[in-house]
Amino acid sequence: MDAALPHPALRDPAWRGRVVLMLTVAVLLWPLFVATEFKPWTLLAPESLRVSAGFLASFFPPAHGGDFLLLVARETWRTVAIATAGIVLALFVAVPMALLVTRTLSVSALSGRMARGPFWLRQGVRWLLVLLRSVPELVWALVFVRVVGLGATPGVLAIALTYGGMLGKVYAEILESGEAAPTTALLRNGSSRLQAFCYGLLPQNAAELTSYTVYRWECAIRSSVVLGFVGAGGLGQQMDNSVKMFAGGEVATMLIVFIALVALADRVSAGLRRALA
Amino acid sequence: MRVELEGVHARHPAAVATAAAALRGITLSAQPGEALAVVGPSGAGKTTLLQLLACALPPQRGELRVDGQQPWALSRRVLQRLRGQLCLVPQVPPLPPRQRVVTSVLAGRLPAMSLAQSIASLFYPADIPAAHEALARLDLADKLFERVDRLSGGERQRVALARALVSPARLWLLDEPISALDPTRAQQALQVTLDEARKHGATVVASLHQVELALQHFPRIVGLREGVLAFDLPRAELTPARLARLYAQHEHELQGSETAAEPAAAPPAPAPAVMHCR
Repeated sequence: MDAALPHPALRDPAWRGRVVLMLTVAVLLWPLFVATEFKPWTLLAPESLRVSAGFLASFFPPAHGGDFLLLVARETWRTVAIATAGIVLALFVAVPMALLVTRTLSVSALSGRMARGPFWLRQGVRWLLVLLRSVPELVWALVFVRVVGLGATPGVLAIALTYGGMLGKVYAEILESGEAAPTTALLRNGSSRLQAFCYGLLPQNAAELTSYTVYRWECAIRSSVVLGFVGAGGLGQQMDNSVKMFAGGEVATMLIVFIALVALADRVSAGLRRALA
Repeated sequence: MRVELEGVHARHPAAVATAAAALRGITLSAQPGEALAVVGPSGAGKTTLLQLLACALPPQRGELRVDGQQPWALSRRVLQRLRGQLCLVPQVPPLPPRQRVVTSVLAGRLPAMSLAQSIASLFYPADIPAAHEALARLDLADKLFERVDRLSGGERQRVALARALVSPARLWLLDEPISALDPTRAQQALQVTLDEARKHGATVVASLHQVELALQHFPRIVGLREGVLAFDLPRAELTPARLARLYAQHEHELQGSETAAEPAAAPPAPAPAVMHCR
């Protein structure tokens, strides 16, 4: 027996650790697969194949009744409205917080180190922004659907909160990344922070700030469709209804409209950003 | 505005702790309405001195008094109000590239304007005539509505000076205000600035590389070398020997300044490369 084993010096010393690690991972993952009922082969079972094929076949022809198209148009418009209203509300959250956070606008940091009070205030607001943006808008939407009921309002509020955090953090980063000299000079000559922002930081960064806001608006349109699935209004909510009713034609129409809408928002946003550059 | 320094040591906030202080034991005072030029070789501490006077940099030791009060003993709000009465013009004009000249000039007025006024002025400039007049005095009247990034370096420097001309400040601290100008323009810009300062009753402290120009325009010259006050004399008492001693081992800077003062036909002397830690 012993003769069959190679000399200890010739055995891979990492081998034992590797096997233990792989076994541990397998042992840890198994309950996860069980808990999530991960059975990909059911997708290929003849029964599920038949259902999927039936559903996909019902996509054609896409629904094109006058009433239905009117409904889709209204819901599409509502989706754009949710995204736009959400972004506008988000600005009310983001702009004041970004101004509070930006280091360049610190008066006490002019002469070396920032004073302790302003430092912790900045840090606190920064954490608040991180908190707002780290909760996904879908979760906010679920919460608000419970609170204010089905409809557009939870969608708008969810986008406002998440995007407020996102915009605020990125605004502060944009404001801090540019040349600080013009702003510092204004502060040193006795301007207030907001004056220094309007005459120093804003002219320097306005294009970048606007461009990022337009990009986020485009993201909000996409995400407001997803929010509809949890009952936050718009195209998504209608799509959810049609999927549950197995109305393939309606789903197909709405998917086409959704793709067109996203493509359009993408074009508009790219055009606006090019105009600003 | 009266400013006094007494035995002041100062160091740039970004400097390493072990580095020698940029200024050591400076005692200096300027009376209201006085104009004085600070000369000295590169790295002598001229910019640090101006930043000290501008309350941008606290002294490490010694005392700074502006109009009799110690700025660093004041609360931050009162200090910021005091800063509104002085105007520091850095050597590199601090102008946002996308801003229009008229807005950049009127930014000098901000300490005297309320927030509402200053925002309204972004939509329609508050005092176009004042900006126009200041620019006209510096031969830039036609650039009133240009964008700053369309200007040459020398034009930008004059816009920064125009900002001082419209500001409510009573102490003007000019850091090499004419370093990017050709000799004729430099003469004219200095003359206009000093005339306007006299009209406003403002005290002027200017650091200059062109010693000839300093001697021509300023009644009082302060020499700095290696962070120490070398002399503080009325211009009549300043001998070439003292100047030569101030610039010992930096003669090219003294020479360079003399060629710069020659007639406009001569190309502008290459400005000595000054390292400014900002």
